[in-house]
Amino acid sequence: MNTTKPAKKKSPVYLIISITVAIVFWQILSDYIVQNKFILPSFTDAVLAFIALYASGVLWIDILTSLMHFGIGLALALVIGVPLGICIGWFDKINQLLDPLIEIIRPIPPLAWIPFAIVWFGLTNFSAGFVIFIGAVFPILINTYEGFKSIPRVFVEAGKMLGCTKSLSLIRYIALPAALPHLAAGFRIASGVAWMCLVAAEMFGVSRFGLGQKIWWYYNLHQMDNVLVYMLILGFIGLLVDYIFRYGMERSLLRWRVGEVN
Amino acid sequence: MGSVDISDITRIFSREDGIDVPALENVSLTIEDDEFISFVGPSGCGKTTLLRIIAGLDRSTSGSVMVDGNPILGPGPKVGMVFQEYSLFPWRNVRDNIAFGLEMRGIPKKQRHEIAHKFIELVGLQQFEKSYPFELSGGMRQRVAIARALANDPDLLLMDEPFGALDAQTRNKMQVELLSIWERSKKTILFVTHSVDEAVFLSDRIVVMSARPGRIRAVVSVTIPRPRDRTAPLFASLRRDVLSLIEESSKQAND
Repeated sequence: MNTTKPAKKKSPVYLIISITVAIVFWQILSDYIVQNKFILPSFTDAVLAFIALYASGVLWIDILTSLMHFGIGLALALVIGVPLGICIGWFDKINQLLDPLIEIIRPIPPLAWIPFAIVWFGLTNFSAGFVIFIGAVFPILINTYEGFKSIPRVFVEAGKMLGCTKSLSLIRYIALPAALPHLAAGFRIASGVAWMCLVAAEMFGVSRFGLGQKIWWYYNLHQMDNVLVYMLILGFIGLLVDYIFRYGMERSLLRWRVGEVN
Repeated sequence: MGSVDISDITRIFSREDGIDVPALENVSLTIEDDEFISFVGPSGCGKTTLLRIIAGLDRSTSGSVMVDGNPILGPGPKVGMVFQEYSLFPWRNVRDNIAFGLEMRGIPKKQRHEIAHKFIELVGLQQFEKSYPFELSGGMRQRVAIARALANDPDLLLMDEPFGALDAQTRNKMQVELLSIWERSKKTILFVTHSVDEAVFLSDRIVVMSARPGRIRAVVSVTIPRPRDRTAPLFASLRRDVLSLIEESSKQAND
């Protein structure tokens, strides 16, 4: 009865080829054409820089600090964005009341909030978290709202006919599970935006440690090989976070959706 | 339990351009306990609207509906409904769909799983207890929907073209099953259908409605003993009578 096709196995050969070719090309480009470590450090420069940074131990502090900023921002965005999205998605009057405000605040780029973040919260971890929160809250809010708006009416009516008649139980037992795929999509978009805001927030000296802070720090020291290492680490952690999230979602919460999407 | 008293129901829909469209006009009908009633009629005769009003999902402009002497003021577990479209909750497996109403009433997990299991057996889906709706065929889904409505033990079961999306063969099978469930569980069933054949096969009485505005045109009693043979002359002549009643009423509506 299971109609899902097994995912086509991707051969790792292509992955290895593409990465190897890119590294070789990069090495040749920097060693023989650019010939300037400041403009383009080579692959081996990056590896050596990584080893040195890893040995110094500061790399871990930066990673943990950044993950903490990321966590504060994303957790705040969830705690505020999801309930607010539910309210405006379920109660039309609240939607009419809040929609104009949301539409005015939403287009302000999150990075424009950095000065106020510093004025309000000082040069603290929470300050960085706040900027990330601004970036992450809107995708979560909008997707929760969209999810609630697109619930088929028949689910709500079927629930009512079975004795689930109060708003709160309808939200909990019908609307929230029905909207979960939308919520998951919103959370994924939000975590991408949050990761971008993280770098900018840290660059502005909101914090003394962090991956973004170090990029700017090493740029000022003209150590571009270290800058490159931090860039790559940002990329890898972003990839990893997205992967863990996708894996967790698909394995547990959204098993029932398998047949709905395809 | 499960008598229905529909008295003088009128439903007027106000369109956005300000024109009022009467969907139902002065509909009155008394339904006995444990009766199987079908509603047939041309499209737009308000069958579904009437059913939704009885369910409490829609309000009549005037008139009232009483179930066992109590007025219907809103949807609730005393009245069950099987919808035309697939209404199973896709995030719950078969068992948890069927147990939904019991869960809402606060019945403990173990007990509601037992009750759900009984109804899964009733509709013959034992192997699919843990399956999700997307894994089931259309006919199976509607069987689960029927089981879900029955598990809540309503006095009255409303069915809005529940077999409309099924192929002819599955449909005939489901009709036989529905009758056997009805005979065992003894509930009043109000069944909306487009198919006169289905109505004659299933019902004690067939309510023929006319369109624009929806009115009751005739109530036809079906006295053929069950199980009914679709090819019997009596069956055919009754079907012909009902069809001609529908045809006349749709002609009137177009004049």
